[in-house]
Amino acid sequence: MNRPPGLQGFQVIGEQLPAGTGLSWSPRRLLPLWLRREPLSLWLAAIAVAGAAALPALYLATRAADSSDTALDAIFDPDTAAILWRSIQLIVLVTLGSVLIAVPLAWLTVRTDLPFKRAWAVASVLPLAIPSYVGALAFISAFGPKGLLQGWLEAPFGIERIPDLYGLTGATIVLILLSYPYVFLTVRATLWRLEPEMEEASRSLGRSPWHTFRKITLPLLYPAIGAGALLVALYTLSDFGAVALLQYDTFTRVIFNEYNSAFNRASAAALSLVLLGVAVSLILIEAGARRRARYYAGANAARRERRIVQLGRWRLPASVFSGVVTFLALGVPVFVLVYWLVRGINAGESELFDFTALYNSVQFSIYAAVATVIAAVPISVLSVRRPGLLSAGLERFSYVGFAMPGIAVGLGLVFFGIRYATAIYQTVFLLVFAYVVLFLPVAVGAIRASLLQVNPRMEEAAMSLGRSRINAFLTVTVPVIRPGLAAAAVMVFLLTMKELPATLILGPIESRTLATSIWTAAEEAFFARAAAPSLLLVVASAAPMTFLVLRERSSR
Amino acid sequence: MTTEISNLLGRRPVLLVLGLATVLFLAVACSSDGEDSDGELVIYSGRSESLIDPLIKRFEEATGIDAKVNYAGTGALAATLLEEGDRSPADVFFAQDPGGLGAIIDMVKPLDDDLIVRVPDWARSPDNLWVGISGRARTVVYNTNKLSPEDLPDTLDGFTDPSWKGRIGWAPTNGSFQAMVTGMRLIWGEDRTRDWLEGIVANEPSVYAKNTPTVAATGSGEVEVGFVNHYYLHRFLAEEGEGFAARNYFLPGGGPGSAVLVTGAAILKTADNESQAERFLDYLLSEDAQKYFSEQTFEYPLIDGVAHEELLPNLDSLNTPDIDVSDLGDLEATQNLLREVGALP
Repeated sequence: MNRPPGLQGFQVIGEQLPAGTGLSWSPRRLLPLWLRREPLSLWLAAIAVAGAAALPALYLATRAADSSDTALDAIFDPDTAAILWRSIQLIVLVTLGSVLIAVPLAWLTVRTDLPFKRAWAVASVLPLAIPSYVGALAFISAFGPKGLLQGWLEAPFGIERIPDLYGLTGATIVLILLSYPYVFLTVRATLWRLEPEMEEASRSLGRSPWHTFRKITLPLLYPAIGAGALLVALYTLSDFGAVALLQYDTFTRVIFNEYNSAFNRASAAALSLVLLGVAVSLILIEAGARRRARYYAGANAARRERRIVQLGRWRLPASVFSGVVTFLALGVPVFVLVYWLVRGINAGESELFDFTALYNSVQFSIYAAVATVIAAVPISVLSVRRPGLLSAGLERFSYVGFAMPGIAVGLGLVFFGIRYATAIYQTVFLLVFAYVVLFLPVAVGAIRASLLQVNPRMEEAAMSLGRSRINAFLTVTVPVIRPGLAAAAVMVFLLTMKELPATLILGPIESRTLATSIWTAAEEAFFARAAAPSLLLVVASAAPMTFLVLRERSSR
Repeated sequence: MTTEISNLLGRRPVLLVLGLATVLFLAVACSSDGEDSDGELVIYSGRSESLIDPLIKRFEEATGIDAKVNYAGTGALAATLLEEGDRSPADVFFAQDPGGLGAIIDMVKPLDDDLIVRVPDWARSPDNLWVGISGRARTVVYNTNKLSPEDLPDTLDGFTDPSWKGRIGWAPTNGSFQAMVTGMRLIWGEDRTRDWLEGIVANEPSVYAKNTPTVAATGSGEVEVGFVNHYYLHRFLAEEGEGFAARNYFLPGGGPGSAVLVTGAAILKTADNESQAERFLDYLLSEDAQKYFSEQTFEYPLIDGVAHEELLPNLDSLNTPDIDVSDLGDLEATQNLLREVGALP
């Protein structure tokens, strides 16, 4: 093949041999070509999962159609357009900010000799464990016009009020700090798997490390950045806690008002559908950007130690950067939580740590992580291996739940659960089902990104040597994509730990979790009682995160 | 084949974990399936667990009834009940405000007279469909470092004065606030209510998500006054001590600014534990429970013979406007008005 030197070892999709080549006749040959290349059961599984993810949307459509006049009024209200514009501004700013923080941070913690980089890596993901309402509350306490910071500045400098955190600025900053880990994790998983040849070729041709990063590494990271950025954008779109506390009106605030003070399900459903429309646009934008970005590593690329970039005089600025991000995103909320806790204990609060809630949270989160990763595999495999309208459609469908306000997903599953699945209504089964619907795309994104690094020829080679398809997948592909699977499981775990609206609506009766304990306490201004479970949440989330980061090292 | 599987398991901790998790999941799911909810009292509580759980424990102790409580926001629970319809497992709905009860009014059954008569007329549904459980007064919370009661106007009208520009905090999405505006419309009429809202909006109030952050912001001095329910302040005083720089100001001129709102409870038509449900409502209106509301949550008890917390003014002295709280369920016009003046998104 005539290729520029740097591209040796990579091949573009479409150049692979058909999957069936070399195998003897099988009944699958009777199927149309596009179905034949992966087992039918895989397609059926993927369709079932995507269908499940679309249930809440179906529910919203039903509710909106029930009283279409109200629904249309809500959709075509001029205010809806204004809120749409506000939501879009916030999404663009938060997504850009997250990418700008997360990509350098991921690169620094994987590829360079940054001191304590594994510790930074764990600390950089943990903000994902902080519920947005807790994060926002903590930031307001710390940096509000009359927050802790102002208090410290008042005596020495006479500063009576610091600039407002409220509005677009504050919402942007807080949401960036809470959601950049989505990009950080997907980019990291990919960085570990990138074969070093191209970068080394660039370096050996005399290009600077910066030039190599910009021209080689960064383009190879686009799929991962895109996947992470999409999650950030959808999270921003569906978040309620942070925007409500930071006084920035977005869709979720209007939807929340319709449910909670107007008790109007029809217009709430209609507005949720508009929100879903925004989500679909975002999903399509990402898909469009992703189209050409598809890389497989060469099947024969040697797995070897890649060179660690020496930061040299950049060590200090890089450490400061990591430190500032960690301080703001993790240090400030944790500090404020500890402050509340201590203040509460001093005021005589006791029995603050509720281990039943911790146990329930961990239990639900493990189920959710396992179930979501399993559910995500068929869709991920098909969308990577068999790009086409159907597989792409299935993959996009999986994002629907994530983009919806949790309350809409919860009510949608109440609607279907009580009618068609009475036996599992208000049991852990339906709750875990809800988590799968909500967090599926997080898992799909991480698994996809790591699958893109695996050449399907490896699996085909195993099959031509007599392994079954399942066996080949489990023994050849799974070990290679393990970082992706682990990242997916840990992200779903963290997200489930802090999930609130669906847990409240669908949880088995009397099974409080850390998230519901935090909510119920914060709701009544019991700050110490909210702080204790919040800290437990962060600690419990730190454990799997540390495991993940340490595994990354040993799997290299 | 067996060796292959054991090899797989042995070499691959991922599979081992997966297998174990599945077994655990099935075990837990089966065990939780075993407890059938028949025979247990199922309560949907829009009031939060931190306040209500101790009360439930006392009820269980006193009656031997096993109560299961589903805690969530009043709005979310009302929507859940509507989706569940006649299949709902709930027996009782305990709501934060009459609006939540109004949303599901078609799903509840009339209550016994002897239950209803324990609370004053104004604190229950005219059709006996729900009964008020505790009262909370609307009030003005003010920052004690910046203001003293003499600086505050007699009625809510005073806050439309331009001198209050940038000093007010409110929570227009909050249910209690909207109930107060509904009361305003009933007492003042639409035009005067609109004028008042426009006057406040012109003073560029800080908008908070609900009562708690409004009180917090008043205490910190971010704003100087906030329109809230009275009892949140007492939570802050308990946790932050007497140094918390905010106090309640009960408007001496009365009017809608001192409306008293109620939490309420109803029994669902589909309740399969009707007698237990009745005993629960009976307990909520007992001396024991009413004392709990008075002492622990600083709310106003609604039955005769139980005194409110001594720091609070008497309900009579509040100049409570004479409005029927059940009329406060009419939220649609209020919401439209709030949108019209730009207070709601």
